[in-house]
Amino acid sequence: MMAGPGLALAVRQTIELARRSVLTERRQLLNVLPGLVFPLLLAAVYSRQFSRALAMPGFPEVDSFLDFILPACIVQAVSFGATAAGTELALDIENGFFDRLIASPVARFPILLGRLAGASLVAAIKAAILVAVFLAFGAEVKGGPAAVLVIMAVAALLVLAIGGVGQVLAIRTGSQEAVAATFPLVFVGIFMSSAFFPTALMSGWFRVVAENNPITWVIDPTRRLVIAGWSTGDAIQAMAVPAAVTLVTVSLAILALHRKLGRP
Amino acid sequence: MTAVVASRRVAGGPGGLGHGAAVVVALTRRGMARMVARPALVIPTLVMPLFFIVSFTGAFSSLTRLEGYGASNVYDWMAPYAALQGSVFAGIGGAASAADDIENGFFDRLLLSPGSRLPILLGTAAYSGLRSFIPTTAVLLVSWMGGLSLRGGPLGLVCLYAATVGMAVVFCLLGLTFAYRMRTVRSMMLVQVVGFSSMFMSTGQVPLHFMEGWLRVVAGVNPLTNVLQFARQGFLGPLAWSTTWPGIVALVTMVVVTGMAAGRSLGKIAP
Repeated sequence: MMAGPGLALAVRQTIELARRSVLTERRQLLNVLPGLVFPLLLAAVYSRQFSRALAMPGFPEVDSFLDFILPACIVQAVSFGATAAGTELALDIENGFFDRLIASPVARFPILLGRLAGASLVAAIKAAILVAVFLAFGAEVKGGPAAVLVIMAVAALLVLAIGGVGQVLAIRTGSQEAVAATFPLVFVGIFMSSAFFPTALMSGWFRVVAENNPITWVIDPTRRLVIAGWSTGDAIQAMAVPAAVTLVTVSLAILALHRKLGRP
Repeated sequence: MTAVVASRRVAGGPGGLGHGAAVVVALTRRGMARMVARPALVIPTLVMPLFFIVSFTGAFSSLTRLEGYGASNVYDWMAPYAALQGSVFAGIGGAASAADDIENGFFDRLLLSPGSRLPILLGTAAYSGLRSFIPTTAVLLVSWMGGLSLRGGPLGLVCLYAATVGMAVVFCLLGLTFAYRMRTVRSMMLVQVVGFSSMFMSTGQVPLHFMEGWLRVVAGVNPLTNVLQFARQGFLGPLAWSTTWPGIVALVTMVVVTGMAAGRSLGKIAP
């Protein structure tokens, strides 16, 4: 058990490692840009080609497709950086920095949480930038500033959830390539959800998959905050789903770290 | 080595037509052999278009209910788009294997062989064109299970395969333009962005008259829109010359332009 001064030290170490993670992202802007450019391109194209679909029965009432697609673009932007927490940890393992951290008097949890906290902060900033761009192009967040804060929190939590999986893989394989391979799975998960079209307008097995996809459970309440207005229930649901997944994935990452360090 | 072996097999000087053709064939065979030896190389070429056909038809199936969409079954509209997208990846994959050859030194050995440099370019392009048969056929098989119809008869299939082979060659040549200049596989990232964006800003998912504003203008002048109409026509109705010739002209123009660009890049590293 960590005592008072021990806990304070661990928090300081977590903050320091988070700062290192943020600095790494800032120095590699070329890696961050696709995460912003691609979702914006998607929004720009979809808002100009699917406007006729807004009148279809079953499509939620929205002023523009841009409002509808905003949460999907945030999730997509976040997914680009979500695996970074895992790949960076794998890189640390590959280049020996991880071994130096283990040999130093740094507590175990900050090694994982520092990376995740840094990626989480970057995701929240990305979400804020994307919302600002969407607002500049005429989108409206009906839930107001509180809904924007929830969107930023959802982005941060999603990174923790997906980044946790990346860290488990990083610890178990020690390979950046293996961690990066999880990205297409996230990409597929987004497309097979309500991200780009409402599930009410889907049919067959695809609709069943989309309705039971956890990404839909995050996107739908977040979208209602954007297109319908503030609802405490929607805000809680939007944050609870990624928070619950985070609890599982980060616990698995901690377990994986314990197992790795327990080996002779 | 491939070129040297080819030159031994063919009568005539190293600058002759027969020698050039042998180098093209040898490079194509080498590419195909590499794919057989390392099936992992094919996975992205195969998986991405299959993912596109499944997700686009699943998510946007209700678009067919809109008046004027142009297809009653979403597969008729989306299958050629997914196949062309797959062939773009196939072409980039072909260029990536050439970039890999540059990184691992095989390309330098190719340059030591006598004769014209053109067959090196043509061999890689031919391999990419052949490679495009894999995603196209896979997309067609999955789409037929979803009720894809061939209203234009077998010639409709010929149009689709001609378009996909052409697109693979175009994006291979574009990839080679970057690969010969940047000498790294990483340069293919740029080509992927170009390929994905240009396909995205065409009539891939909806007809032109569904689009508004800037997208309508861009998609209207995008040559890939013509290629898509050419590839798609056999699945929507009988073939028409008015949708055939613009596609062929677009493909030929793109092959010539990207071929010249790739040739110039190759000339810079192998004068």
